[in-house]
Amino acid sequence: MYLTSVEREMLDGKYGEGVALAMRVQVALGEAFDAERMVEIGRAHVALSNQEADLWFVEKLLQAGARCRVSPTVNPGFHLEYFLDKTDLTGQDMEMISRTRKAYRQIGATLSFSCTPYLMENIPRQGEIVAFSESSATPYVNAVWGARSNRESAQSALCAAVTGRVPLYGLLLPENRLGNILVRVEAEMGDDFDFRLLGYCAPKIGHGVPVFTGISGATPEALMNLGAELNTAGAYGMYHVVGITPEAPALEAALGGRAPLREVTISRRDLDEVRDSLSCPPGKIDFALFGCPHLTLHQVRHIARLLEGEQLKSPLWVMTSSTTRELARRTGLLSIIEKAGGYIVEDTCIDQPCWRFLEGKVGVTDSLKGAYYARRRGMSFVLRSITDCVRAAIKGEVE
Amino acid sequence: MKESREFSCHPICRGRAGGPVLISGADICFYLCEPETGKVIEKGHPLEGESVGGKILVFPGGKGSSVVQADGLYQLAMKGNAPKALVIQHPDTVLVTSAIIMDIPLVDRVDPGFYQNVKNNDHVLVDAQEGRLIINRD
Repeated sequence: MYLTSVEREMLDGKYGEGVALAMRVQVALGEAFDAERMVEIGRAHVALSNQEADLWFVEKLLQAGARCRVSPTVNPGFHLEYFLDKTDLTGQDMEMISRTRKAYRQIGATLSFSCTPYLMENIPRQGEIVAFSESSATPYVNAVWGARSNRESAQSALCAAVTGRVPLYGLLLPENRLGNILVRVEAEMGDDFDFRLLGYCAPKIGHGVPVFTGISGATPEALMNLGAELNTAGAYGMYHVVGITPEAPALEAALGGRAPLREVTISRRDLDEVRDSLSCPPGKIDFALFGCPHLTLHQVRHIARLLEGEQLKSPLWVMTSSTTRELARRTGLLSIIEKAGGYIVEDTCIDQPCWRFLEGKVGVTDSLKGAYYARRRGMSFVLRSITDCVRAAIKGEVE
Repeated sequence: MKESREFSCHPICRGRAGGPVLISGADICFYLCEPETGKVIEKGHPLEGESVGGKILVFPGGKGSSVVQADGLYQLAMKGNAPKALVIQHPDTVLVTSAIIMDIPLVDRVDPGFYQNVKNNDHVLVDAQEGRLIINRD
């Protein structure tokens, strides 16, 4: 693999052992995928997880003197101050979150603690080369913004932020971005929840770059949902929606003029089957939880409207970014939600120990991804659209 | 009678390691291995109940989110139950990064003859410096 003199010096340790370690990881990735050379990145997003390996690796880079050349936005952990009096956090939980904050601040990250940076804090332009990890983030920057990112791991994205470069391979090359699976969506896509169900049809769609036809008027939230679920039920860095993806003005362009390797049809029955196979049966619920991925202000407003003048029988939590929460506060949405008995929590992810107080309980959510990961934490969920979830939380049960 | 057969491969993470082979026909997520024993705990996985610890692991590739693979391998390594080397067919960014940061030799593009010859518990030397795999049988 060809390296410029600066890249060679990074690898040889001229910029310190931390940069050399980051470069070693990237050169190995480049060799694994036959990259000819490195390219500079404009942006990065690190799927910080607040888990052991995550903290171990960022501290290792830091102690070896690494600092980010490109400041990456980072994923949420949990908002320690909010949860202090709500759950039985262990000393280790608290130490992990404090050390995570400190390490990422010191290495030069932007402490956004949001999993949807592509909608607010970190938006690439079309054609820009970036290094984004996180399930919904990689496909969004590729398929919606037309930027170029591989499906980075948290660690490879951090190495890219440190060196300011990635090896040139995979989805950074135009020929690998072309669609090869034609997915005819025959189901009428009613609301954003249907896009979650569509994403969860990944096992039927199979390995490759899907091209969705039959979809019109998808909202940003719908596309966020689609990517999140595609990367829960499968692994996709790129997809095309004809008429939305910049590289897919028409079906032929999305497929690069070639015949697809496979054709799949998705009907309403497929979507209903996905929902029914993953959802708990309707009935009494203990809580409602939204924000996997983090809700947008538009979704927060929708929830607030449904809650205006209402009183919740089941407590309701909305996870979002600190920016969105602040906008909701200024706009008056936060007080509507709080008056009804709900909460907006910033900087927090569902897959965190702070939700221990919901262990063994049944909730309602629109997030298939959230329900999948929360199973490891002893929570189970009825799955419905946001509107139906909020109505259920007001009544305390799903009908 | 001692028998030794050599096959070519493409080194991804450099290093050398030898040990008994464990073969999996299915992709592996190391988050679903128990760190204390190295045992695969994923329901229905062909290796369910077998330990990956100290093995030369031969499998198609990795699976799972951009976060959990590294954490799984890390926890296995901390308990001394990480595999000694990984022999795969389909590299992905997440698995490759995890192996590199944990310093576990990883190779792909193996001579098809290796797959025809190798059996569970064969002693295999993975030479990810020179790009070769050596099966040693007594």
